[in-house]
Amino acid sequence: MKNMSVLSRSVIHGLIILYIVFLLFPLLWVVASSLKSTQEIYSGSPTIFPQQLSFDHYRSVINGQQIFRSMWNSVIVGTISTVLVVLLAVPSAYAMVRYKSMVNNAILGWILVSQIFPVILVMIPLYVMLRYIGLTDSLIGLTLIYVVWSLPFVLWMMHGYVKSIPLELEEAAVIDGASRTQVIFNVLMPLLLPAIGASALFAFISAWNEFFFALVLMKSPALATLQVELARYTGMEGQARTGPLAAASVIATIPSIILFVFMRKWFTTGLVSGALKG
Amino acid sequence: MIEKNEHTLYSKKEIGQIQLLFPVILMVTLFSLIPLLRGIYLGFTDYRLGDPISFNGIENYIQLFNDEYFWKSFKIGMAWTFIVTALQVSLGLGLALLLNTKIRFASFYTILILIPWATPPIIRGILWRQMYEPNTGAVNILLSNVGIISTPINWLSSFEYVIPAVIVAGVWGEISKAAIFLLAGLQTIPNDLYEASKIDGAGIWDQFRLITLPVLKPVLAAIVSLTFMWNFNTFGIIWVLTQGGPGGMTRLPMLAAYEEGFRYGYIGYAAAIGNIMVIILSVMLFMYIRVQLRERNES
Repeated sequence: MKNMSVLSRSVIHGLIILYIVFLLFPLLWVVASSLKSTQEIYSGSPTIFPQQLSFDHYRSVINGQQIFRSMWNSVIVGTISTVLVVLLAVPSAYAMVRYKSMVNNAILGWILVSQIFPVILVMIPLYVMLRYIGLTDSLIGLTLIYVVWSLPFVLWMMHGYVKSIPLELEEAAVIDGASRTQVIFNVLMPLLLPAIGASALFAFISAWNEFFFALVLMKSPALATLQVELARYTGMEGQARTGPLAAASVIATIPSIILFVFMRKWFTTGLVSGALKG
Repeated sequence: MIEKNEHTLYSKKEIGQIQLLFPVILMVTLFSLIPLLRGIYLGFTDYRLGDPISFNGIENYIQLFNDEYFWKSFKIGMAWTFIVTALQVSLGLGLALLLNTKIRFASFYTILILIPWATPPIIRGILWRQMYEPNTGAVNILLSNVGIISTPINWLSSFEYVIPAVIVAGVWGEISKAAIFLLAGLQTIPNDLYEASKIDGAGIWDQFRLITLPVLKPVLAAIVSLTFMWNFNTFGIIWVLTQGGPGGMTRLPMLAAYEEGFRYGYIGYAAAIGNIMVIILSVMLFMYIRVQLRERNES
């Protein structure tokens, strides 16, 4: 809208900046705390910006093995579950779009229904089951759960993307003598790569941010994921020291922020087009 | 044997599909469908970890009905869900409308706005815990600098302030999500519609009421129902902020179910709470969809 007056434009900028101040202030505050010395944090009247930069808290987090190990656990579980989800979702989405049958409706129905059930209801029997086969308190068990947990949404996303690829492309390749496998790998895959990237990011972030399953399943401190480890510092273990906790929180947030900035477009298009179609 | 010289690519219908879908169907059945059904069933038993399972009909629900703690948690859960959803969606809509005016820096603003959404729930809790910290937190420092309070308030352990405090923290994290989804919906509205209505002399409010809202409705409805479900199932941020305290003031249903099941070991009872949560959510969603459909038919 070009013909907006200077006044209304500055009002809009002003309002957006108000939102941004509210949305960014808590993070800014914690970033600042992470860079203040302990004395400065407890000085009684701290300022927003650190008077003197200190990287001690970051040093203590990186040298403290606990957080580092939990971060490593999160990376492992996140990566393996992401690879598995993508390997499962791509061929399935393809099959669902290209072959019309009852199975499709059943799967799409399940995707929607599974969103209504609170995790507690799934977690209880899963916990009993995993305990029975000895996979509680194990990274394998947690990985399995994350695969099943992010599968519905990833399948939904992939389903939408495969659908947007015209069938004519594949038929043309077949007429040129390509086999089914060649069609999948030479025609479909290159077109689907961006969507696969977006789904992978989604799956990884889901696992990286997830707390409830990890809290219930992981009992030994050595196997805690990053979120569980950080929550432990605020809970029973007494008041955590502000500085190191702030530094650890900043480190834990950076990967999600980077990934979110990249995946934002992909993330919204699926939901919006799904809603518009009905 | 069917040879490949068939006309269409996908003639070997069912068999090929089942092969491709088999892994997903297996995973879903084993780790989602069966556990779900079993979870529902466990809600009708008195199962405790290690003990044999025995069916006890609706005994859990009778007990829940008389359980003061459960009622309290249920009421808090409802209040939390309605207030937080309403604030998130309306504030998110406001932000989306502002960003959709296509002013300069809009995409730069959008990236900044993403940040709270990208913050994991546990970290959101930690951020706000540090904000509310009585002696070193920003909230008390700001309020006392402005002169609104003279003695520090202990936000998260005061009966008076804990609920507004957790609501602000809860709303904070998801405004961005609502705004980004709604913005994507707004961008599907063709500009011509607005231009045409301007020629007809429509004001900003008329444009919003007559063009924006009707077109945005499906997206808005999707956002409201998803946000509602997510908020009803909130766990992590409250766990970090208050662990349900003080005195159970912020014990949302998920925290109640977690405590019953995994702290005290009353698995059957916790599953019963889960069942009640499913029923409540389904009823709410059903009513919501019905209202939506009726409005769509009337208009």
